[in-house]
Amino acid sequence: MSLRGETAVVGVGLTEFGGLPGHTHMEIMAKAIDKAITDAGIHKDEIDGIFSANFVEMLTPLTVAEYLGINPTYMDGTNTGGSVFVNSMQSAAAALSLGLCNVALICYGSNSATGPFTHPPAMHTVEDVYRPRNPITPYALAANRHMHEFGTTREQLAEVAVSARAWAQLNPAATMRDPLSVEDVVNARMIVDPLGKFDCCLISDGGAAMIMVRKDRAQDFPKKPVYMLGVGSRTDHNLISCMPDLTTTAAKEAAAAAFSMAGVTPADIDVVELYDAFTINTILFLEDMGFCEKGEGGAFVSNGNIAPGGSLPVNTNGGGLSCVHPGMYGMFLMIEAVQQLRGECGERQVDNAKMAACNGSGGFLASQVSAIFGTQETL
Amino acid sequence: MLELPAHTEHLKDDILAEQQNNNNLENPGPLQTFEENLAKGEFRIQQCKDCGQHVFYPRLLCHHCGSNALKWVAVSGKGVVYSSAVVRQRPEKGGDYNISLIDLEEGPRLMSRVVDVDPEEVAIGMQVSAHVGMINDKPAVLFYNKEQGDKEW
Repeated sequence: MSLRGETAVVGVGLTEFGGLPGHTHMEIMAKAIDKAITDAGIHKDEIDGIFSANFVEMLTPLTVAEYLGINPTYMDGTNTGGSVFVNSMQSAAAALSLGLCNVALICYGSNSATGPFTHPPAMHTVEDVYRPRNPITPYALAANRHMHEFGTTREQLAEVAVSARAWAQLNPAATMRDPLSVEDVVNARMIVDPLGKFDCCLISDGGAAMIMVRKDRAQDFPKKPVYMLGVGSRTDHNLISCMPDLTTTAAKEAAAAAFSMAGVTPADIDVVELYDAFTINTILFLEDMGFCEKGEGGAFVSNGNIAPGGSLPVNTNGGGLSCVHPGMYGMFLMIEAVQQLRGECGERQVDNAKMAACNGSGGFLASQVSAIFGTQETL
Repeated sequence: MLELPAHTEHLKDDILAEQQNNNNLENPGPLQTFEENLAKGEFRIQQCKDCGQHVFYPRLLCHHCGSNALKWVAVSGKGVVYSSAVVRQRPEKGGDYNISLIDLEEGPRLMSRVVDVDPEEVAIGMQVSAHVGMINDKPAVLFYNKEQGDKEW
């Protein structure tokens, strides 16, 4: 069977972003879960599937179940890095469709800005001794290779950050809303060349939660359901030295699978939400997903083409670069897609948005999970 | 003699017996063997006896063909910079340094540093040669830009 249109998102919840001092990651997650439950108009006891992972504990689904006082029939704590929530959404769609659970909760919370700074537990590898400044260096290596092969410029990378900021200025919830120019980005302090301060995402506190059900129940909730039309998950390395081609990510295959399941093409997409941990990500994923040709991403993002008023709205909440990035961003990009398709986005609302494409990235460009969401009329 | 962490000391006899049953496993494992070779000043990688391809990082299984028949071989040390980045660091902490991905002549790519030119001068496509050196008292494969002179290589 295909998972196309079999499940729908019927509730979403976001916390405030930026600093939530004095809160544990679970408390931040609980704020988001409370909002998602309210949004869906359900009682917490209706949740029987939990999909959750983070960087600070291994047994997250158990913590969530205990915290909520529920006894779920299905749990998934897979961790693929920041892509995991899009990956979890695939697992939730499968589990719901098979009847392994009936109301799935996908959730994340992090106090990475104000809490004790926690790195993911790292295994010893052949790269340790060189002290690559992870996670930034792998993306700098990819950016440099892209510049070498295709003539991509630092100004074009900067256009990604400037466009994200322009969207953030339309989003009252976004963390960074001051004006930002290409010159500001290019002249900022270098972190790992060729990436400077504004090429790198924020470090925020924040939580997000999403409720999914099967299509037969999708109309039974207060908000317009947003259907999962397609999904694809791929990976081609973990260490950056093992990535086969630094200018082509596994999003090429992941997105092809997602578009194939949905039965649509990039031309059908109204709004795009990508994991922009660094400016190079947006360029790579736009190319790999087929919104432009390989190597043309730099030109594609220039002249405001992905900013408000451009031909393709990308990262309409302001993205990880300007809205929120609490360690793992995958939840936030899916929720922005859902809210755009519901028409809830106020000043930054994309007119008549019916279909959204998402791509979550995990590890160092390693795990790529693409998803297509659509409104009722796209079924 | 087998050195065991304190918390497994009480299992020593069982572990030794198990080890004798597992005599097809070389001890230590490939990663530690690689590092022990480096400590002796030798840069060796693995080559698959079945498919002939080189393997890096060190593994128990060939990631090309799945074979478990891997042997240690010397390498030419010749490589080309595939990509490069400059990690910015305050001078009092040691200053800026280079991180590169190097494609070895034998095929595998590895992370390293090109150390005989300024970090920002390391260019994609640059021909480099391997040399076993040290980073913070730990042995590491480093690379020199050949055109700068062969130094110890």
